[in-house]
Amino acid sequence: MSDIAVHDVPPAHDDTTAGHGADHGAGHGAHATATGLSNNKLAMWLFLGSECLLFGGLISTYMLYRGRHGRGPGPDQIFDIPLTSVSSFVLLMSSLTMVLAVNSAKREDYRNTNLWLVITALLGSLFVGGQVYEFTAFYHEGLGFTTSLFGSSFFTLTGFHGVHVTIGVIMLLSLALMLSRGRVTGDKAEVVEMIGLYWHFVDVVWVIIFTLVYLIPS
Amino acid sequence: MSATIEHVDEPDAAAHQGHDKHHIPKDGYFIRVAIILAGLTALETSTYWLNFGSFATPLLLTLMTIKFFMIILIFMHLKFDNKLFSVMFYIGLGLALFVFGIMLFTFQFFRG
Repeated sequence: MSDIAVHDVPPAHDDTTAGHGADHGAGHGAHATATGLSNNKLAMWLFLGSECLLFGGLISTYMLYRGRHGRGPGPDQIFDIPLTSVSSFVLLMSSLTMVLAVNSAKREDYRNTNLWLVITALLGSLFVGGQVYEFTAFYHEGLGFTTSLFGSSFFTLTGFHGVHVTIGVIMLLSLALMLSRGRVTGDKAEVVEMIGLYWHFVDVVWVIIFTLVYLIPS
Repeated sequence: MSATIEHVDEPDAAAHQGHDKHHIPKDGYFIRVAIILAGLTALETSTYWLNFGSFATPLLLTLMTIKFFMIILIFMHLKFDNKLFSVMFYIGLGLALFVFGIMLFTFQFFRG
């Protein structure tokens, strides 16, 4: 027994059918691909899956070496938990503003989308600023990149994360600028969603780093 | 063996077929989730000042896991999206947990 459905699938970049989510009725969410899903979104999820391996390696290495600080300062002496808690809260709230940007884009409310994107970028910049301050303070307290295995693994892990946040901030600001100038072609909501996925991933990695690196005693 | 041929020419046919159609909640829902996440973060941070003893590490790991899944399921829409996106992500996550779990086990990390 076989049932064959023949569908007239519209072109992938037809604005009348490109996927914006649920609120816009017919056609939204459709993609003329073999899976019916957006290839961009599939690729982004695959990329994020591969990023789990990158950060998994960095976190595991830190876990192995966090006790190897020799005569240099160790985690318990150097971490400033109140400062890092505020940074974590800031990054967490940036995830909320990002999701509000994505929702606004799905409603085709690009004025609010831009506003939320810029606020997200500002919160991200605040987080990066906090990290730069923390790194500088650690350096002055005697913890450099080559001081100990603990120092190397700590700076590599948090530095990689900081670079990801910085790239995210650049993408957010670029997107806000491009949206305001009407330079984004195709499905705008999907573009915002792609960058949103990246941003939330950066946040979720920090959730793990904050607990495993800062809060759990070594 | 019989074949039923159905010709569909509605513009949203691919949406029904394509599984990418999902219902995203309104802003208020995400704000409530963010408030819960902020509360969980406050609870995590409190372990620095309050002495939870041997209960601290399991509590922190549990809170971390809850926050992790709240973000990926709700903020990243995995809960509302097609399952294939979840598969793509969980393959990477599972592989990372497996490989680095073995690495930490090999280096006797869990022996304390």
